[in-house]
Amino acid sequence: MNLKTDRVLLAHGAGGKMSQALTERIFLKYFDDPALLMLNDYAVFEVPGGRIAMSTDTYTIDPIFFPGGDIGSLAVHGTVNDVAMSGAIPIAISTGFILEEGLLLEDLEIIAGSMSAAAGTAGVRIVTADTKVVPRGSADRIFINTTGIGIIPAGCVIGGQEAKPGDVILLSGTIGDHGIAVASSREGIRFSTVVSSDSASLNSMVSALVRALGDQVHVLRDPTRGGLATVLNEISVQSNVGIRINEEAIPVREGVKGACELLGYDPLYLANEGKLVAIVAPEAADNALRVIRSDPLGGEAAIIGEVVRDHPRTVVMNTPLGGHRLVDRLSGEMLPRIC
Amino acid sequence: MKYLDEFRDPSIAKALIGRIRSSASRLSRSVKIMEICGSHTVSIFRSGIKSVLPPNVTMISGPGCPVCVTAMEDMDRMISLACGEERDSHIIATFGDMIRVPGTVTSLEREMASGADVRVTTSPLDSLLWAEENPEKEIVFLGVGFETTSPTVAAVVKRAKTAGLANFSVYPAFKLLPPALEALLDGGDVAIDGFLCPGHVSIMLGAAAYRPFSSKYQKPCVVAGFEPLDILLGISMILDQLLNDKHEVGNAYSRAVSEDGNQNAMSLLLEVFQPCDAPWRGLGVIPSSGLGFNDAFMAFDAVERFGLAAVPTGSDPPECACGEVLRGVTSPPECPLFGLGCTPDMPIGSCMVSSEGSCAAWFKYSGGG
Repeated sequence: MNLKTDRVLLAHGAGGKMSQALTERIFLKYFDDPALLMLNDYAVFEVPGGRIAMSTDTYTIDPIFFPGGDIGSLAVHGTVNDVAMSGAIPIAISTGFILEEGLLLEDLEIIAGSMSAAAGTAGVRIVTADTKVVPRGSADRIFINTTGIGIIPAGCVIGGQEAKPGDVILLSGTIGDHGIAVASSREGIRFSTVVSSDSASLNSMVSALVRALGDQVHVLRDPTRGGLATVLNEISVQSNVGIRINEEAIPVREGVKGACELLGYDPLYLANEGKLVAIVAPEAADNALRVIRSDPLGGEAAIIGEVVRDHPRTVVMNTPLGGHRLVDRLSGEMLPRIC
Repeated sequence: MKYLDEFRDPSIAKALIGRIRSSASRLSRSVKIMEICGSHTVSIFRSGIKSVLPPNVTMISGPGCPVCVTAMEDMDRMISLACGEERDSHIIATFGDMIRVPGTVTSLEREMASGADVRVTTSPLDSLLWAEENPEKEIVFLGVGFETTSPTVAAVVKRAKTAGLANFSVYPAFKLLPPALEALLDGGDVAIDGFLCPGHVSIMLGAAAYRPFSSKYQKPCVVAGFEPLDILLGISMILDQLLNDKHEVGNAYSRAVSEDGNQNAMSLLLEVFQPCDAPWRGLGVIPSSGLGFNDAFMAFDAVERFGLAAVPTGSDPPECACGEVLRGVTSPPECPLFGLGCTPDMPIGSCMVSSEGSCAAWFKYSGGG
């Protein structure tokens, strides 16, 4: 990366290696707060009476309405989930809108209503908001920022740096639904099976896990941009451990598999907006699976792998053929195949 | 998944792997098989086939990734359409990874970041739509690919002619597979025992297209699909031929590939285009290995319309071993740039750009960093 001559590329926002490089080369140089340097999707800090978690995210998506959701509900779910992945109980969010001149008010009202409904379902309050309007061409219809805070239960220590060899890795359901729902809407590609986004708030599932397992929950992470492959790589680096997963155990919907075959995508790298990865102590694995599966959003949960001492900072996947291969972070943007 | 899971069945795979190991041990020598197509390369890595093959069977990636074989001069000319004074009057349409391939000084991706209107599409038909929607602009489709994709572009050009679209053109950087294979083996320093031939190109060409080739060079050629079982069966069939000292064309993809291929598509292709000499990255100019426009469709040739033949271009970086990699002479990790100056995020050579490029696949699935 040459800071004097290079420009920001779309791939810098794809959640993979280039996003990481941008963060390290520019943002971490100036934002060096210890809470931020933990590189989780949230910050945890002490306040009188306990600890709170805080997270912020900005949402830009094309199209703004897609099967299973819209940019408004996505902005609420995403931030609620980022806060919840610390083990916290989210309590409130703020929101900021950047609106492009010309946006239909009818669309804006649908989006606001969707945010209200999503916040109601998650049990969080939208307590402060801001709006800016920019000239046509200066933004793409609507961008939404949301910031959330939550309260962390006493004794709960969850973070990307807490994975330990022997821990078991669980996934709360099928991967790639959101990525394919949005890609197929954007490209105008229709499949015989319509794939809907999994966009949803996971704070109830997290609360149930933390209540049932206590300090046996070591890591929680929602695999959004960059997908399952990227978050597992992040965790392996944060905890300095190896991760081994089994391809056959990872749930993928038929429609997502088919779309990936057509477009040349790998479901491991597709975005999810309503799934979590839980890494728990080995003796708690069965209980964790039962708790996640008893949640309405976790019926297809599965144990997908384990944390190992071998190959630290690397993710390896066993394939159904009896072979294995490396699972790297996403490089650049995922682009459809040529032939 | 129906029609897919059947071709990934672990129990059948294990039986085929056993057969491959048995044949390989009876051969008692090292065998190098070239998978010509980038889709095969990716499937071999993704399914873990590389990790289950016996040590004396090596798979080598060939020159079948359309992004990898696009010459630097073609990249520079395509990029010139997206920048410079005419930038605001052009819309550049292209497939996937083409935006990331570096030219001598820049790439389409970087020109996008500077304001060029470059659009990635899964269908060349989209570019006709954009031509209709933007009559004041020139829409140029960057035509890369093998026999799999070029007939579709030929159909789009015919449609543009019928519709009388005057603001649509194609940069023809297509490639034909058989001449490249001949050039590869005529090169002399290539030691390959057999070829795994690409399923989709063969759907168009037909298995018969490889017969003169297998007989002239005495190499087994087996057409295979892209599912793990297709590939394992193809490898097994090549080893069987080597054991029996045969050099025939086998078809492990008979559910899709016929003897004569898709004659309608090939006729359409030759109605719009005709074979011409073409530059390949790292391989030089190969006679009759590309496609140029026929006279009746010359009005759609972007090279003629925009005078691109005169655009100055550079050459491949001297340290880059893409040419040797494409010929199977050098494996990606042997390139001095692999994983150091050249990574999928900062590619120097085209083999590191495309998700189907051999260097990118090595890096991604074997840990290049």
